[in-house]
Amino acid sequence: MYGKGRIIPALLIFLGLMTFPLWYNAGFAHQAPKPEKPAEYKECVRPTQEMRTSHMVMLNQWRDDILREGGARKGVTANGTEYVRSLQNGCMHCHANKKKFCDTCHTYTAVKPYCWDCHLEPKEAN
Amino acid sequence: MIEKALKGGRGYWAWIIFLLAIMGMGGMFYVQQYNYGLGITGMSRDVTWGVYISQFTFLVGVAAGGLMLVLPYYIHHYKDFGRITILGEFMAIAAVIMCLMFILADLGQPIRALNVLLHPTPHSMLFWDMIVLNGYLFLNVVCGWAVLHAEYKGVKYAKWVKYLIYLSIPWAVSIHTVTAFLYCGLPGRHFWLTAILAPRFLASAFAAGPSLLLLVALIMEKTTKFRVGQVAKDKLVTIIGYAALLNFFFVGCEFFVAYYSQIPGHMHTLDYLFWGLTHDGHTYNNLVPFMRASMILGLGAIPLIFIARARQSTGLLALSCIILFVALWIDKGLGLVLGGFVPSMMEGVTEYYPSVQELGITAAVWATGFFVLTLLYKIAIEVKLEQEG
Amino acid sequence: MKQDRRDFLKVAGLAAIAGIGAPSAFNTLLKGEATASEHGAAAEAGHGEAIAAPTGKRWGMVIDVRKFVANPDLPAKCVEACHSIHNVPNFGNPKDEIKWIWPDKFEAVFPDESHYKRHEALHAMPIMTLCNHCDKPPCVRACPTQATFKMKDGVVAMDYHRCIGCRFCMAACPYGARSFNWRDPRGKDENGNPFIKTVNPKFPTRMRGVVEKCNFCVERLAIGQIPACVEATGTTGAMVFGDLNDQNSEVSKVLSANFTIQRKPSLGTYPSLFYII
Repeated sequence: MYGKGRIIPALLIFLGLMTFPLWYNAGFAHQAPKPEKPAEYKECVRPTQEMRTSHMVMLNQWRDDILREGGARKGVTANGTEYVRSLQNGCMHCHANKKKFCDTCHTYTAVKPYCWDCHLEPKEAN
Repeated sequence: MIEKALKGGRGYWAWIIFLLAIMGMGGMFYVQQYNYGLGITGMSRDVTWGVYISQFTFLVGVAAGGLMLVLPYYIHHYKDFGRITILGEFMAIAAVIMCLMFILADLGQPIRALNVLLHPTPHSMLFWDMIVLNGYLFLNVVCGWAVLHAEYKGVKYAKWVKYLIYLSIPWAVSIHTVTAFLYCGLPGRHFWLTAILAPRFLASAFAAGPSLLLLVALIMEKTTKFRVGQVAKDKLVTIIGYAALLNFFFVGCEFFVAYYSQIPGHMHTLDYLFWGLTHDGHTYNNLVPFMRASMILGLGAIPLIFIARARQSTGLLALSCIILFVALWIDKGLGLVLGGFVPSMMEGVTEYYPSVQELGITAAVWATGFFVLTLLYKIAIEVKLEQEG
Repeated sequence: MKQDRRDFLKVAGLAAIAGIGAPSAFNTLLKGEATASEHGAAAEAGHGEAIAAPTGKRWGMVIDVRKFVANPDLPAKCVEACHSIHNVPNFGNPKDEIKWIWPDKFEAVFPDESHYKRHEALHAMPIMTLCNHCDKPPCVRACPTQATFKMKDGVVAMDYHRCIGCRFCMAACPYGARSFNWRDPRGKDENGNPFIKTVNPKFPTRMRGVVEKCNFCVERLAIGQIPACVEATGTTGAMVFGDLNDQNSEVSKVLSANFTIQRKPSLGTYPSLFYII
């Protein structure tokens, strides 16, 4: 093979760089995020699995409905619990600790939602 | 064909590195702007568009100017422009790239720029501007490259290219008309609310674009073996001269309407631009020297360019191109956009001074445009010189 | 290039475009209903209620400048009420200034009115200036992303999630009602003082790079309250807010009993704000 002395080491380095995420994080995958659920509230506005997969879709639906169509600002769960359809005044009302709930999963998945550039977290008003 | 841009003499590489240096510096300033916000510029609550949008407005005109080479050759079969239509198309590419970069630099939330595509809004002129600008870029890239590549191969270009070239002709008119419509449809700003804005834009575009092209052609005569041809150069002078005359006639019309009707709303902006506006005891006139210079230079360039042609003087020709280009750049760049914001909607006056970062980013975008232009022109003239043997 | 490789690339390119284009085309067609409805609503509200028969709510306000003259502390109270509950930052300089409502001079607010040989007192009157929530808003026409739009009840609203910060709406507004976040509103000045003095935790701030303006307190209207500036005027009757389409509302009664003027009426924007001078 022509240029064996250069090509094979270069290929090995390339493979090493490309598989970096796999071997650098080896053994840490089991450290799944454990978001802390609020103690006082037992029911969320939607079932947990639905929230896990599509809470952003729901938030966007709330936003477009309330902001553009002047939709209802309050909702009712299947069990009759009333809630405010709002991130800042609804979700954060129960999930009052952003660090212990929202951030655990977001940091694990390296997601930086820009919601918090505008929406205020509870207590941490600035 | 691209490899032709990678071979060049000392002067070529010095120019490329100079441009890259400016682009790098502008990049750093942009990082500053991205982190701090657009407040780092000189724009304010009253003057919400500054140097970025004014450059964009001017450069749309330069891009449309490429039409002045394509139209005579492809529709009227004016053979002497045959060798240089590619130069017009490539200049349009560089100009449109600069336009798009200026728009992105000016956005408060640039990463949301795709919202214009995700939420199409046919009643907004900015939506149509995005469409026509990108369409024109696409047309020029495809047509220019196809024609040049065919020449490189020594064959005639494919049939479908001709239809796209025909499309690019009205499209060039549309890009500048839509840009004019951004301004002339806004009810509050009387300086912009004039039907003649779109014709004026087109007239100054057809003067500015070809004069830049003529200037670059003269530079290429000094730095390369490529010759545009005396007949083509003479014809360009005709186009530039008449377009410039028309532009200044339109300016004259604006002055007449404002000052004969004596309607304050029409007069105030022209007062601010050419004589200084006194408001609340203070006289605001930071643009007056520029606007007056623009008129004098522009009107002077017209006889000058005809004299240059009569005397076959390259130096005089280059000079007249430069001063006409600068005059139109001041008129459309500074005068039009900044003038629309004075007086403000509350009849106040806020003057505008660009900041260092703003000027740095502006220079970097211009450098990028010239960088693209240099690369494309290098490829084009290498191919042509090779083919013409 | 051999001919078959060329053909392969052509086919591959077209397939890629189709593959990317088809799902987004489907999405647009399906979402088309949603976009059309919000568009339709905006268009209806824009064209229907200017002169035609009243259909649905149309929020409007009468500002009685005489009462503001009689109560000199009122303008500042209105501004404070609005800016504090909406977390409007104070940057301390006119260049970066953000204001949703402010008092201004007669010549500035009504440039179309004659200023020739007017009585002296006119020059000193504080005219409360805010977004007019026009019936035919030029800003809505200008916005390339529909980030500003007209709601069914007449309010011209802002969607800060969608705004790209192009400031075309600011160029389009004939009244200078809009402000841009030239910097981060949550920042601090050189002395370490935050731009938002006291944050209202019930209402979001905005981010840098978006345009903002008076929103007619839609969040208060939704729970049956009147706008904060109107509430700040208390019982003086300096600002009367209500449904312009309801002939029995207080605002309609005030309008039929008093001569009012509007800002720049020749532009055909049909504002929702009326002034008694």
